[in-house]
Amino acid sequence: MRVFVGRHGRGVVGLLIATLVLLAAVAAPILVQDPVQTDFAAGLKPPGTPGHPLGTDQLGRDLLARVLYGARVALFIGLCCVLLTALVGGVLGLLAGFFEGWMGAVLMRIADVQLSFPFILLALTINAIVGLGLRNIIVSLSVAGWVVYARVVRGEVLSVKQRDFVHAAQALGVGRARVLFRHVLPNVAPSIVIVASLQFAQFIVAEAAISFLGFGVQPPTPAWGSMLSESRDYLYVAWWLAAFPGAALAFTALGINLVGDWLRDVLDPRFRV
Amino acid sequence: MVRSGPAGGSGTLPGMRAYLLSRLGQTLLVVFLSLTAVFFLVRLGGDPVLLFLPMDIQAKDLNEFRERLGFNDPVAVQYGRFIGRALHGDFGESLRYKNDALQLVLGRLPATLSLALAALLLTFCVAVPVGVLSAVRRGSLFDLLGMTGAVLGQAVPGFWLGLMMIYLFSVRLGWLPTGGMGSALHFVMPCVVLASFYAARMARLTRSSVLDTLNEEFVLTARAKGLAERVVIGKHTLKNSAIPIVTLAGLDTGQLLGGAVITETIFAWPGLGRLTVQALLNRDFPVVLAAVFVFSVTYTLINFAVDLLYGWLDPRTRPQRE
Repeated sequence: MRVFVGRHGRGVVGLLIATLVLLAAVAAPILVQDPVQTDFAAGLKPPGTPGHPLGTDQLGRDLLARVLYGARVALFIGLCCVLLTALVGGVLGLLAGFFEGWMGAVLMRIADVQLSFPFILLALTINAIVGLGLRNIIVSLSVAGWVVYARVVRGEVLSVKQRDFVHAAQALGVGRARVLFRHVLPNVAPSIVIVASLQFAQFIVAEAAISFLGFGVQPPTPAWGSMLSESRDYLYVAWWLAAFPGAALAFTALGINLVGDWLRDVLDPRFRV
Repeated sequence: MVRSGPAGGSGTLPGMRAYLLSRLGQTLLVVFLSLTAVFFLVRLGGDPVLLFLPMDIQAKDLNEFRERLGFNDPVAVQYGRFIGRALHGDFGESLRYKNDALQLVLGRLPATLSLALAALLLTFCVAVPVGVLSAVRRGSLFDLLGMTGAVLGQAVPGFWLGLMMIYLFSVRLGWLPTGGMGSALHFVMPCVVLASFYAARMARLTRSSVLDTLNEEFVLTARAKGLAERVVIGKHTLKNSAIPIVTLAGLDTGQLLGGAVITETIFAWPGLGRLTVQALLNRDFPVVLAAVFVFSVTYTLINFAVDLLYGWLDPRTRPQRE
């Protein structure tokens, strides 16, 4: 990728974008007013209206405030899902690869079955059944997403286990737990980081898609997906309601993807896609 | 990779049969397990009967309705009955449309498949040329623009792109219909929206795969022989770069079915995805289960087709007799 500014150019751009989004999310309460404060007299004002730089929605809520608070919701959900799936999937993959027992085999069969179903449809179905709301969308996305880690980590463990330093440690009589945590885990960690960074954006976009379809995070919580869903009724009169939340979502996904690509190139060139 | 003696040619036949049988077994397992998982999830999700009856219903009527639908039996009995009927393709009646659920779902399948197929075609037609040209002219302006477009295409969510396209092409310009199915014009926006993400990823993969192949020795040899660049790229490079691309296309065709769920909802496309979303919103479980069944069968069949395609592209991956 010499076409961008050097080898680390994309990473720098990605980190800048990601930092900007993170700052916006953290500083939202200082920067803008209440995102759920309605003002029916000032409904559907276009961008540039004094006091409302991005305009207002059908209930007169400030769009800038809702977009910035939306970053909090999106990053929170993305972060929770990544941590949960990395922990659960990573530990299961580690154990399945290290011990190679029948439980590992069963686990991998479950992973196969789960991977034979489109991710978004799986998360959507689980969410529709377990119920709506912030906590349930995190649970649904995590249940649908852990298999990727389990797969990748197990594969890595299987290959690391064959390396000489592991055999040497075992020959020296090092305990199994110590081999696992001191010798295998550090060599698998880069893969976990790479998958996490690539999954992060996927979780955020999937959450928005599910909320867009009417499941997931419910109004009046300012989530980008449900804001886009509401904007559909006003597309003829208020384009800004669809434009800004979606742009924020795309911007965030772009930043995280760039960081993920860069991490993958730096940490492990085998993962190129 | 070890051929079984001189009779190796005919030896692939039993190997092929065993392979087909094991794939069939896998397909059945996947379908069975996904149906089981959804059945029990649905039972955990609350009482669907309550949602379908008026608020002021008498307890007696409620119980009669439950009895008629078999919700009063133990879960194990319900599960056994469900699997038994599912084997006959009977998922019950849609609670909403009062039609046979599987018929309803199958009736929507062609719309989804035609959309997915059109999107896949578009993906190939855009992504492969862009990826190959970017690789061959590495570092050029075309490469820069193509790959920037691809990175953006991967980040822009399809449903937002869809909304923005509706605003521009339907609301502002009035060129394209906002939704529904009918003429070729109806295909344009859903197809572009569905293909955008996959085309972006495939273009990037094609580029890196072609770049890898261009460094191989047989490409150097082909060039050293003085073959025309067209032949070097078209024949020697492309076929050898195809395996990762076909793998991704196979994975994506399945994911396209998932993506269709969202695209169909935006553009009111009368397909399986939209029906599934509506069934989930209405808790119309016979339809949900029938849809899961059709999705998992379609998905595994696609994966199977991709496996066969590998064998054609790379004889080393063909199933061999042990």
